[in-house]
Order: sequence, then C-alpha cells, then structure tokens
Amino acid sequence: MDLLDPFFLEALVNGILLGGVFALPALGLNLVFGVVDVVWLCYAELVMVGMYAAWFLYTQAGWPLWAAFAVCLPLVSLLGLLLHLLVVKPLLNQPPINQVLATGGVLFVLQGAATLAFRTDFRSLGVDMPPMEVGDVFVSGTKLAAFCAALLGAAVLWAFLKFTYVGVAIRAIARDREVMPLMGVDPQRIYLIASAVGGALAGLAACLLVVQLDVHPFVGLSFGPITFMICVMGGLGNMLGGFLAAFLMGLIISVGGFWGNTEYSYVIAFLFFILTIFARPRGLFAR
Amino acid sequence: MKLPLLPILLLVLLAGVPLLSPPDYFMHLLITALLTAVMGTGWAMMGRFGLVSFGHGAFLGASAYTMALLWNELGITPWLGIPVGVLVAVLLGVLLGYPCFRLRVVGHYFALVTLAAGEIVRILVTALREHTGGSLGMTPNQAPPGGGFLAMQFDKAGFWWVALGAWGLALLAWWLLDRSMTSKALAAIAEDEDAAASVGIQVTREKLKITVISVAFAALAGALMAQYRMYLNPESLSGLGISLQIVFSAIAGGMYAPFGPSIGAVITIGLEEALRFGFGTEFTGGAPLVYGVLLVLFMLFLPRGIAGLLERRPQARKPAAPAVQLAE
Repeated sequence: MDLLDPFFLEALVNGILLGGVFALPALGLNLVFGVVDVVWLCYAELVMVGMYAAWFLYTQAGWPLWAAFAVCLPLVSLLGLLLHLLVVKPLLNQPPINQVLATGGVLFVLQGAATLAFRTDFRSLGVDMPPMEVGDVFVSGTKLAAFCAALLGAAVLWAFLKFTYVGVAIRAIARDREVMPLMGVDPQRIYLIASAVGGALAGLAACLLVVQLDVHPFVGLSFGPITFMICVMGGLGNMLGGFLAAFLMGLIISVGGFWGNTEYSYVIAFLFFILTIFARPRGLFAR
Repeated sequence: MKLPLLPILLLVLLAGVPLLSPPDYFMHLLITALLTAVMGTGWAMMGRFGLVSFGHGAFLGASAYTMALLWNELGITPWLGIPVGVLVAVLLGVLLGYPCFRLRVVGHYFALVTLAAGEIVRILVTALREHTGGSLGMTPNQAPPGGGFLAMQFDKAGFWWVALGAWGLALLAWWLLDRSMTSKALAAIAEDEDAAASVGIQVTREKLKITVISVAFAALAGALMAQYRMYLNPESLSGLGISLQIVFSAIAGGMYAPFGPSIGAVITIGLEEALRFGFGTEFTGGAPLVYGVLLVLFMLFLPRGIAGLLERRPQARKPAAPAVQLAE
C-alpha cells in the first residue's frame, strides 16, 4: 500500500476536515458538561434548529448568507440559555439521569417542532465553493472553509477560557464546584454563561454544517451520537481530550471509508469507541 | 410461593377480549400497546437498578432481523426463529454487558456505550441492504395458504394471545425477581457498588443476570412486533429514536411498579393515535412534540411516573425521589 497514493491522502485530509466539524459540538457539549455537570442529550437538535434558521433566512427570506449566520449564532445561544433556565436548572439537585432524560424530552420536542414547521423534506442551502487542488489532492473549498471557521471558533473559545475573568471562573467551577462559591463566584451565573456559550458553539456548528449537509428534522441523529462518543472518548468534561478525539474519529471514519464504505467506517468508529471505553473507562486522555 | 390472584384473573379476562369481537383497529392498538409494554417492562428491569440503557433498540433489531432473515432466506419458521433471535440478542447483550460491568463502566458512560451499540446495529442493518432492504425496510414472505400457523402469521386474535403470553411472562419474571436475592443485591449495588462488593455480592454476575433477562424480553417483543406488523425497518427496530421511546414509556408509567411500564405503553400508544386522529397526517410532528413535552414535565414534577402517584409509601421520606439511581 502506497501511503502517498493521492486518494489515500485525500481520505486523510477529509478526515482532518471532518474532525474539525465534529470538534465544535464536542467542545460545546464538554463545556456544558464540565461546568454544569449535565449531558445535553438534545445538543445535536440545537444544531439542527440553527441549521433550519440559517436555511430559512438564506433561501426563504432572501437574506445574505453572512446575515443569516450572524442571526443563527445568537439564536441558538439563546436556545441554550432557555434550555438551562426552563429544563436543567429546576433539575440541578436531582439525580443525573433525570436531567439526561429531560433533555432527551427536549430532543423529541425539537424534532417534532421541526417536522411540524418544515415537514420531513431534505432542505439544502445550495451554496458551494470550487474545490482546490493541492498537488494531486482535491480539497472541497466548502469543507476547508468550514474547517478553518471551526478552528477559529475553538481558538476564540480557548482565549475566552484562558484570558478573561469569566473564563477563569468557568474553568475553576469545572475544577471544583464546592470551593468556588466560597471564593465569591456565583455558580448559577457561571452556569448561565456556560449554557449560552455552549449554545453559541452549537450555533456556529450549525452554520458550518448547513453548507455541507441537507437539513431535515432528524439530521441531529446523523451526527449527534458520534458527538457524544467523541466527548466520552476524550473524557467527559475534558475539552482538549474531546478536541483531539474529534480528529481521531474524523480520521477513522474517512480512512475507513477509503478502504471500505462510509457506513462500515461508522461501525468501525463506534466499535473503536466501545473498545476505548473498555480500555480506558474515563476517556483516552484521562489523567 | 403463592401467585397473586388478581393479576392472573386480569390475564384471563384480557384473554377473552377477542371473543367480544371488537373492531380490528381497536385490536391493533391493544396488540401494539401490549408489545410496547413488554419492551418497556424489559427495559425497566435494568433501568430501575440504575443500569440505564439507551440502546435497547439494538436488541429489538437483533432478534427481529434474525427471525425475519431466517424465514425469508432459509425458510425457518419464526417459532424457531424467535428463540434464535432472542438468543442472538442476549449474546449481544452479554458481549456488551460483561466488559462494561467487569470494568465498571457506569452512569453516563454506560448509557453512552449502549447508545453506541444501538447505533451500530442500526447502521449494520442499513448497510446490509442486500439482505435487510436497508432503510426501506423488509417484509417477511407471505406464508403459503394453510401455512399461517407454522409461519406464525395469525389474525389479530391470534397475535393478541401471543402478545398476552409474552406480557404475562414479563410480569411473572418481574414478580419472581422481586422475591429473589438478585433484586436485593442489585438494589444494594445501585446504592453503592463498592459497599455491595465488600459484603460479598458478585457485582458483575448480578448485573449480567438482570441484563440477560431484560434483553430477552425486549428482544422477544421486538421480534413479535416485526412479525405482527409484517414489516421491519431500521428506524423502528434499532438506533437512538426507538431506544428513547422505550425509555419514555417506561418512565412515564413509572419504572418501579410492575405495571408501570405497561401504563406508560398505553399512554404512549394512545397519545400517538389520538394525535394522529385529531390532527390527521398533516400533524406528523405532533406526537413527538407532545410526548417530548410530557417527558420533560414528568421529570420536573413526577419523576416516578404515573405509578408513582399510586405508591402507598409516604413521599416525604424521600424528598428528591430519583427516577433512577445512577450507580456512580
């Protein structure tokens, strides 16, 4: 097997690009889990709502793409806030599984609402950028742009957590939720901020996904499960771990698709996930 | 052991339902609800001990497709195909459960491992479209004239009795479990796994036992459902969607009482049909919308489900009653 085979290189590049797309929702989920200690089972459905918003504003309302995206981000962020205030907050003192199931209920609500509003048709944005040729390898311009935007989003998030006062408070709460209130940090406020940021990441992911995937009410099921697995593989709440795991999963799926077909490559990715959990139950990158 | 008389009387009464020659549509709802009840009861056997599975759909699919493929490709009767299918599902459950329990994959991690398993089965069924028909689904072959019984293709009354039998078995299993050491051991494990192990409870073995029983009932119900509908597709027999629906019906009814999941199944099916009737096919998103809202409301205000309302135990003793205690 020739490792410099252009098709193989293309699969590698696509895997990395795919990883970038998985990375954003994985970061958002991990942020919320690390801070609020709740798994948002409906995270992919928040992304789906954002995708519909972008699609609607661009193709139906005739807005320019940048304006549609600019609305999509705060909209999903607001949705994250509402989710926290209406569903998660009243359940904070309850056992974790009650919280997970309640967000599972929200998953059904969002799927049902999308079906009611837009039927089950597949909607496409119809935006495409010309492919680029680097050496013998063709790279989809849309995917590359989405990848760069995802990296940019991750970098902004990193800077926010690293250098701002609120960011430091968020990381501190994730580290120790008992001591931080004693240091004068109001956990409820931090939860709100983390939920809004988590929502905003879902909104950004929606913008990047809507140019690559058709939107339909069940689109969340196509990337939701893999996002959860990426988070668990990286260690729930471990942002860096999740980020790296996203690229690992992207590579497995893409290279698996190169040797077999895409469906089996998902099977391989899921099997890999299960085996990882057996080998390292707290995640690949657990300390 | 003396069996409780009341439920047995109920079963006998229910067995007489087809004699009243109710409309076909009504029978259809009853059969669907009963099979859903078996799935939910199976799920709750694990769920109430903190083993929350988001992948029970995988077991429905494993047995249903095994049964249907044996019939379509090799002509093996479902009478044999269903036990084989259940066995395949149980093997799958053990294959997944043993390392999980052995390596103490618990809580969120366990839920997500089962979720991955459910997705694997869904994708495999879709990918093997040469045999399974992929996402378009498949239909078991029609039995030759006169061969209906051998092919397990009954009329509505026949299926009602079969489903009733499965339901009775599930309740019996629940009743026997409640009187066994296994259930006490599992309750202890759910409270504190280390403490349970320290008093000599074999954690892995007890968890495996309940997994086998739970998976077997889900798998049985899945195969019967496929055989009753004469149609299989990956969405309704594997993956996250159906797995969450099973969880929903078990939780809504209440997973701590033996009849809880059955109450939940009646609610789920009734709700779905009422919405379909009330709003027509235009309102296809209505059912998930409404039961999503209900699931949230149940979690907020009634985490022990409808059956929780009927519990005699004073609620005050346990202020934040968990729907499940995650073994963490």
